[in-house]
Amino acid sequence: MTNEEITSGLASIVEEVAGVDAEEVSVEKSFVDDLDIDSLSMVEIAVQAEDKFGVKIPDDELANLKTVGDAVDYIVKNA
Amino acid sequence: MTTKDVVITGMGATTPLGGDVASTWDGLLNGASGTRTIEADWVDTYELPSRIAAPLAVEPNEVLPRVRLRRMDRCEQIALIAAHQAWSDAGFELPSEDAEPVDPERLGVAIGTGIGGPLTLLDQHETLKSQGLRKVSPLTVPMLMPNGPAAHVSLELRARAGVHTPAAACASGSEGLATGMDMIRSGRADVVVAGGAEACIHPITVAGFAQSRTLSTRNDEPERASRPFDVDRDGFVMGEGAGVVVLESAEHAAARGARIYGRLAGAGITADAYHITGSHPDGLGQINAINTAIGTAGLSTTDIGHVNAHATSTVVGDVGEATAVRKALGDDVVLTAPKGALGHLVGGAGAVESIVTILSLYHGVVPATRNLENPDPKVELEVISGEPRETNAAAAVNDSFGFGGHNVALAFTRS
Repeated sequence: MTNEEITSGLASIVEEVAGVDAEEVSVEKSFVDDLDIDSLSMVEIAVQAEDKFGVKIPDDELANLKTVGDAVDYIVKNA
Repeated sequence: MTTKDVVITGMGATTPLGGDVASTWDGLLNGASGTRTIEADWVDTYELPSRIAAPLAVEPNEVLPRVRLRRMDRCEQIALIAAHQAWSDAGFELPSEDAEPVDPERLGVAIGTGIGGPLTLLDQHETLKSQGLRKVSPLTVPMLMPNGPAAHVSLELRARAGVHTPAAACASGSEGLATGMDMIRSGRADVVVAGGAEACIHPITVAGFAQSRTLSTRNDEPERASRPFDVDRDGFVMGEGAGVVVLESAEHAAARGARIYGRLAGAGITADAYHITGSHPDGLGQINAINTAIGTAGLSTTDIGHVNAHATSTVVGDVGEATAVRKALGDDVVLTAPKGALGHLVGGAGAVESIVTILSLYHGVVPATRNLENPDPKVELEVISGEPRETNAAAAVNDSFGFGGHNVALAFTRS
């Protein structure tokens, strides 16, 4: 899976869970500061990302995923 | 406590008769029914004796955006929908970065519910059992908690003067209004968004009420099933819905030139301390609630033109209430019972029926009791049936009672 495909897959999860337009979801955006996603929604996004990309995202790793790019890099390394 | 006047300046509702106050009121005046056959497999699966209910006329997903819906229990959704309507009806904009139409520190919320979010509780328990921990929503607790409806309204309208959730079973909505009135009279708030909501039509609640033998089983004639005060009544029809009003101190309303529907002039809250579900046979708690409501309102019994009865269409409850009202207010007062049309909205009932009572005074017309064809001879007061009746009375009372022995009477007057 390419980085673009992962970004696009994450974007559709973010749109489904938090209602952020998928086009707004790009690698430089911060989940909290730019996309206004709260910690409760991040838990749901992580669970859906685990299923979609076949990765494990433990809570202590999730806390480090500040931007969409952080999440894409983590998935690339761990999938 | 001062005798500060509390007025109603906005109203909102979503009910089995319509998605707003206007359609609900039209339905009541036109004799519509909100009761239908439950179209769900579980009625057959569990062989439930009551196969009818009064669901919302307008689904929340026709009103709220998808992402907001998935973060809220159905009960929270309908409280928010009714609160939006009431807020806008009162002439307020939603708070924004630039404007707060009411000082948040002077704005309160009091929205009651009987159960809260049982649909979420049960749904998430199913998810836990079938799919495990990972798939349980992180929003499970805020969705099932009974203060959730009031809390969501507080968030939306930026209300910081205190958020309350009276839980008084089927009297919760009326206790919401009484709580709001107290907040204004005690000086805690200038404006309170008050009411009640319930959305708990589910096999377990239908089964539970069925086992307590309180539901109508007139399954072959849904629209005729809820028939308060009729000799052939056989139980209530489980409904869902929300009603919310904007209560405001008269000074605050006058200062902004608000349209005033009427006054919440007094409230009486008592308890029977007799039986967990049955009313006291002497009706003392009900009588005292009415006396307190009109006493604190500075009204006399002859000021009350009609009582909007709690009357759920149960065999015992309706007669007991009529007897209590007669003891409290005398022989001349008349009754009406909107549950014949609406069904029983549980924690939403007292709030929606307060709106009906306020509109009856405001428009000078009281809706008739649907399905009252042969009045029970044990009911020794006149009950309005057939056609709506004009009224020029200055005041009316809304009665609400609940499992647990709760009695709430609210006295409303024309502005």
